[in-house]
Amino acid sequence: MDIDVRKVAELARIRLTDKEADALGPQLNNILGYVDSLQQLDTSGIEPTAHPHDAAMPLRADAVTNTNRRDELQASAPKVEAGLYVVPKVIE
Amino acid sequence: MSWEVVIGLEVHVQANTKTKAFCGCSTAFGAEPNTQTCPVCLGMPGQLPVLNREAVDKSVLTGLAINAEINLESKFDRKNYFYPDLPKGYQISQFPLPLVEGGHLMIPTAEGEKRIGVTRIHMEEDAGKSMHADTGNVSHIDLNRSGVPLMEIVSEPDMRSADEAVAYLKQLHQLVRFLDVSGADMEKGQFRCDANVSVRHPGEPLGTRAELKNLNSFRFIKQAIEFEVIRQIEIIEDGGKVVQETRLWDSARGESRSMRSKEETHDYRDFPEPDLPPLRLSKQEVDSIRAGMPELPGQMRVRFEEEFGLSAYDADVLTTSRELAAYYEDLVAAVPEDPKRAANWLANELLGRLKERSEDITASPIGPKQLAGLIKRIADNTISGKIAKDVLDAMLESGQGADAIIEKRGLKQITDSSAIDAIIQQVMSDNSDQVEQYRAGKDRLMGFFVGQVMQATRGKANPGLVNQRLKVLLKG
Repeated sequence: MDIDVRKVAELARIRLTDKEADALGPQLNNILGYVDSLQQLDTSGIEPTAHPHDAAMPLRADAVTNTNRRDELQASAPKVEAGLYVVPKVIE
Repeated sequence: MSWEVVIGLEVHVQANTKTKAFCGCSTAFGAEPNTQTCPVCLGMPGQLPVLNREAVDKSVLTGLAINAEINLESKFDRKNYFYPDLPKGYQISQFPLPLVEGGHLMIPTAEGEKRIGVTRIHMEEDAGKSMHADTGNVSHIDLNRSGVPLMEIVSEPDMRSADEAVAYLKQLHQLVRFLDVSGADMEKGQFRCDANVSVRHPGEPLGTRAELKNLNSFRFIKQAIEFEVIRQIEIIEDGGKVVQETRLWDSARGESRSMRSKEETHDYRDFPEPDLPPLRLSKQEVDSIRAGMPELPGQMRVRFEEEFGLSAYDADVLTTSRELAAYYEDLVAAVPEDPKRAANWLANELLGRLKERSEDITASPIGPKQLAGLIKRIADNTISGKIAKDVLDAMLESGQGADAIIEKRGLKQITDSSAIDAIIQQVMSDNSDQVEQYRAGKDRLMGFFVGQVMQATRGKANPGLVNQRLKVLLKG
């Protein structure tokens, strides 16, 4: 398998220099090569592992436990207006 | 050559829980922006989601109601994409192993009932809300909705027209309201639909589909699908090819436009959600949810016809919503001898008046006991049906009971035949020409005399008695 490191970077919103892309491409391909060798194992008859811990999901009662902490939570936001987060315009 | 339309629907239904899917924030609608958020639904680092049991139960109940399989083990995954109203950079959803698989809904069509398959129902969380300012190069984000629990209900591509798609959606909408698993208010975004539409010649493999988004009313859904079908047929008949894409419906312009080419940028890189172990349910838990299943609209419709002798039409109208059906049952409990009259006064008179006020039964100022009070006065001949309509208007205006209005306005029906005879005598002596003509064989003047008597009594004379006495007295 050959990975398109530029595309992966774009999907992850990571900006790469040419130098970084040249270095990371082979590294990622090495990792995928390792996964490829794992793929060769015969796993028929083995249940897929959904989660490394063999625990069932704990569930929560449907009761409101959080209060309004807007000021505190928005303190680290770059820009806020009338209680709303302000971001660069995004519209498709 | 004829064309066949193929439609599959994905409906996002907001579960009406008090709190969000993975944190204890309130889901109350209309709060001040960003006041119902916490580190979990804001995607702060190091926070862990904990699933809401009620959201699970409501999803299971919905699955059971469409005769689906409940997977006793299901798991959660991450769907990765970047958008400012998705603070974590991924949405928690379910891909390979959803909670519910395989079910169906029966929809009414012109050719009778049709079975529409439901592929799956999976649980997921909603994103926040973006508002794009007209001026300035900014968007505003409210994350109160971020993390609100959704059920995504995915149908098979079983629908063959816009009308069938709308019938399916109405059926599903009614079902989730009856189950009380969702408010399903489309204006509040609690019931949202995406439609996958393609065309082909009958018997051919499926054509390339377009996904229509932003369909937030039954009317827009019908318009958008019809627009899309024509668009695709024109492309193909002109020798072109339909491209797989997402299209946004613009209700103001009555047309759709391409949002983005789906196969290019949509790479969600789903992977198992490491923060959540598998969801395991016991058969007992599922059985106990099944035991709490309320009566469904179809069952209720049949019962209304059998138990109360209603027409199929009335039974259908009165079971459109759980609240309306409950109102009718309370009404019948108060006038058990008159279920049909009760149905008529509720479905035609009260609902008609509420509709004029743009209100539904939940906002009715007249409760079932008060409406029963009016029906009783018609049944015991205190007032005629015609006067009762005026009394109903007055009840809506004033909020007073039927008896108080009848008393205050002196609307009590005249059922004393000697009093009616006196009025008839007066009418006859005032209209001696007409009396002569009637006696000479002009039978249709009967209506004139009835009208005169009713006018003289301001509608209060008992119509049956007036007719009966007029016939006798006019003979002379």
